[in-house]
Amino acid sequence: MRAENITLESRSVSLGFDVERIRQDFPILKQKIKGKTLIYLDNAATTQKPEAVLEALRRYYTSKNSNVHRGVHWLSEQATRDYEAARHRVKSFLNAGSEHEIIFVRGATEAINLVAHSFGRKWVQAGDEIVISAMEHHSNIVPWQILCEEKGAALRVAPINDEGEMVLEEYEKLLNSRTRLVAVTHVSNALGTVNPIRSIIQAAHSKGIPVLIDGAQAAPHLKVDVQELGCEFYVFSGHKIYGPTGIGVLYGKERLLDQMPPYQGGGEMIRSVTFQKTIYNQLPYKFEAGTPHIAGAIGLAAAIDYVNALGLETVAHYEQMLLAHATEALAAVRGVRIIGTAQDKAAVVSFVLDGVHAHDVGTILDQQGIAIRAGHHCAMPVMERFGVSATARVSLAFYNTRQEIDAVAASIHKVREVFG
Amino acid sequence: MSDLRQLYQEVILDHYKKPRNFHPLADAHRSAEGYNPLCGDKVTVYLKVEDGLLSDISFIGSGCAISMASASMMTASLKGKTVTEAEAFFERFHALVTGRAGTNAEAKLGKLAAFSGVCEFPIRVKCASLPWHALRAALEAKEETVSTE
Ligand SMILES: Cc1ncc(COP(=O)(O)O)c(C=O)c1O
Repeated sequence: MRAENITLESRSVSLGFDVERIRQDFPILKQKIKGKTLIYLDNAATTQKPEAVLEALRRYYTSKNSNVHRGVHWLSEQATRDYEAARHRVKSFLNAGSEHEIIFVRGATEAINLVAHSFGRKWVQAGDEIVISAMEHHSNIVPWQILCEEKGAALRVAPINDEGEMVLEEYEKLLNSRTRLVAVTHVSNALGTVNPIRSIIQAAHSKGIPVLIDGAQAAPHLKVDVQELGCEFYVFSGHKIYGPTGIGVLYGKERLLDQMPPYQGGGEMIRSVTFQKTIYNQLPYKFEAGTPHIAGAIGLAAAIDYVNALGLETVAHYEQMLLAHATEALAAVRGVRIIGTAQDKAAVVSFVLDGVHAHDVGTILDQQGIAIRAGHHCAMPVMERFGVSATARVSLAFYNTRQEIDAVAASIHKVREVFG
Repeated sequence: MSDLRQLYQEVILDHYKKPRNFHPLADAHRSAEGYNPLCGDKVTVYLKVEDGLLSDISFIGSGCAISMASASMMTASLKGKTVTEAEAFFERFHALVTGRAGTNAEAKLGKLAAFSGVCEFPIRVKCASLPWHALRAALEAKEETVSTE
């Protein structure tokens, strides 16, 4: 383990990954909290923003702010061009086939709700089934529950094992002629598990079932190629990939999006309106009713450019080194039990401390300027599966360091001091 | 560390590790459940009310040190008190944890004054007050789960 860490680390340095220089790009990391330098380890909740993203927002609002797709004036032309350029960058980032397949939404949550409403309205009926997994975030559970309730359909849940891995044989048994959609997460926010989505997608496709992948926790850490994966839908949130809040992406196969009814009605999504009949706009605008989050899309594109410049593979190497170090450092603390020990993991270490509630761990770490998450991580069924009411969670980004992780481990010893 | 010591006082840690009156009451007249959706803390408070007196009070539940110690110390403080006194305690305790209590009110809270450190931790106020909200719901004989949200 240790030897491997060292080779990984020296490799990342040789690839030119200089974490101290990268930290300079993130103004918030210089901030003091309660007199201590901020140690931010709540990256699965949201990530910090590099100067390049902040500057893109500022530049947009100071020199190009106007509405898109409707002005005849110069500013509107500029804003429209930048907004559509952002869509193009997202398309390349996911390797989608066309810009028509990239819908800007508020975030992963809205993207899933869009599919539940629109796909659900068209193709889900009484007696049908939707398959999810036992490790989903509430945002990939509740929209399907609402849909199932409305339609008289049933939600089926593929189980996970004690390591926090999906049990594929059980999952495959759930797929049948009534299954209308499979919706599973790429990476679990509560456990860090990276799901074998290729196998998951293949199993569904072999029965003609479309698949939605929740990429909220994956897009910041893994290279995603939607054409290679073949999934029908892929969703993620801008704010978890170093971009602004309030912007996210729904990728959908054009063939399906074309047939799906609009999600919301309003401006932008129409071609012509009379009181008798409205003709909807073409893709992607059919699904973008109202003035979009223009600055957000531009900021997201800047974030994607930033991550691309670092290189997702370089970042992934470095993060894997951090993950191994964090796993080792935390497991070494007396009374720590790590929840989520899958073979294939990304950037997240969830744990419980014997005799101390996660909330108390969170408060004591906070006093040291360390931000972690304590709670159910919007995945209450996962907590129930592991028989805990909450966990403490360290979630990593490429600007974190080994020293920060060591500081967390030291602070957990402090928790022990307080609690005896 | 001093704010932390102020929050996690010995008496609080003691009640967390060895909660008093920690059991259901088979012959309770009233009970109510409190739930904090933010962290999943859960507490059920059981009451026996005889002639306007809390002749017995107990709780069960799971949660952080602050919520569990608060429940334990609440039951220890209120056993044998009148309903009117319990309501006054509620008001004083709430004032204490939200940082609105004077020293006079603190004196009247007895051991419960140990929760004075909570007001420095705004997100933990709900933890401390959760069992008290359950108590109030039980006194008002509400059946449903009360939430701190
Ligand atoms: C796996 C997963 N899916 C979906 C979401 C929802 O993302 P958002 O709140 O940005 O819509 C999250 C956020 O925590 C997540 O971790």
